[in-house]
Amino acid sequence: MMAAKFPSKEQLKRKCGWREIPAAGIITRAASALDHKTGSWRAFRPVIDEKKCIQCAFCAAYCPDNAVRFVKGKRTPINLDYCKGCGICAQTCPVKAITMVEEAKFG
Amino acid sequence: MSGLEKKCKKKMVPLTGNYAIAAAMRQINPDVVAAYPITPQSAIVEQFARFVANGIVDTEMVRVESEHSAMSACIGASLSGARAMTATCSAGLALMWEMLGVASGLRCPIVMPVANRALSAPINIHCDHSDSMGARDFGWVQIYSESAQEAYENVFLALKLAEHPDVQLPVMVCEDGFITSHCVQNVELHDDAVMKRFVGERKPEHSLLDLKNPITVGAIELQDYFFETKRQQEEAMGHALKAYLKVGADLSRVTGSKYPYFDSYGLEGAEAVIVTMSSAAGTTKAVVDRLRHDGKKVGLLKLRLFRPFPYEQVRDALRKAKCVGVLERSFSFGAYAPLFSEVRNSLYEAGKKPKLQSYVFGLGGRDLLESDVEEAFKELLAGKTTGGMEYKGLR
Repeated sequence: MMAAKFPSKEQLKRKCGWREIPAAGIITRAASALDHKTGSWRAFRPVIDEKKCIQCAFCAAYCPDNAVRFVKGKRTPINLDYCKGCGICAQTCPVKAITMVEEAKFG
Repeated sequence: MSGLEKKCKKKMVPLTGNYAIAAAMRQINPDVVAAYPITPQSAIVEQFARFVANGIVDTEMVRVESEHSAMSACIGASLSGARAMTATCSAGLALMWEMLGVASGLRCPIVMPVANRALSAPINIHCDHSDSMGARDFGWVQIYSESAQEAYENVFLALKLAEHPDVQLPVMVCEDGFITSHCVQNVELHDDAVMKRFVGERKPEHSLLDLKNPITVGAIELQDYFFETKRQQEEAMGHALKAYLKVGADLSRVTGSKYPYFDSYGLEGAEAVIVTMSSAAGTTKAVVDRLRHDGKKVGLLKLRLFRPFPYEQVRDALRKAKCVGVLERSFSFGAYAPLFSEVRNSLYEAGKKPKLQSYVFGLGGRDLLESDVEEAFKELLAGKTTGGMEYKGLR
């Protein structure tokens, strides 16, 4: 029974039974976190002041969800599908370019 | 200590239960042992630490700051594919509580000897089964040992049962604190090479260190899959019940001992039967011998495997008795005592049932005297049951 493969997207969609999943909730497929958009957990949204940003990449290095990355020497916008609003980027930003704004303000 | 450190051929040596368990661990040579000392388990880990320090085993010994950390370290090691062991009892086992469920939930085949000791308060270092009985629903297999010899051999049984591909569950090997853990008995140690061959190598299906096949362990499961994962754990317990006999048969070919779910002692044609576990079985056997000599039809069922519980087999063994007394070293406050509960459960489906009596004895290490057992047998022979809990050795 340990040999069960990690369920396919089809199996997950129809919510497969206990015989079809690997034991112990082990995940054997990489990057399955992409299936779960956790942005709806967010209570505060990071807003970046582009004028203040010095492209130091601290926010990308510290983001626990890879919701902000550094690609070819430039910071990407924050991916709001995955940003949980933890505020670590705002805390770590050395020039205070990131402000956490209450999600309700965005309507 | 007693030539324990020498390579050994099959030989009889005087050992405490703890040193016998340490000897088994030496022969297993686990990859990781993470442990914290607590009376009366300490001597297991102290002796094993000596083996490590003297280069007799090549185990990574992790001296952690608590039992919670000991079990955590074992879980991490086990998930990496290593053979991981620890040992504990009483408050130490209680401090592990949270991680016990993680070990079984993540299907880590960790083996843990437990030198049964009372739980505080009042503080008490002596034997009863409150500690492991409290942990009986945490998804661990539990094997109870009557003697140092059984404790020694049960460690091997536990290891192969835990790692059985259909099982993959952690196993506790219980021995009675002080009574077995500290008393010197004759123990027959088996040949190093033979036991090494028996334990072989662990072959984990997944490993956190397998970079070519990366896995995530311990991810969250909410209303969507938690129930299914737990159902698998229950299935594994069912497999453990079958695998126990299979692994026992394999071990039996090596040691010559037998590993049934329970030992039957004078059960054939017995009218009055006592069910008990661990060292109390020794005392009971002496009384059975004497009473049988006097023509009294008495017998003993000594349970070895408590989790998973062999309901069917216990029912078949007890259904013909007239009166059964369950003698145990633990309360389940406000409910029937744990072993009595299971024996009572197992008899529900029997057509003709024996009368049943629950006896609690020996909490906090109070001796069980032969006269206590004899008194119980006399009550059972007379068919005297009270419908409630009775006590032996209580003032």
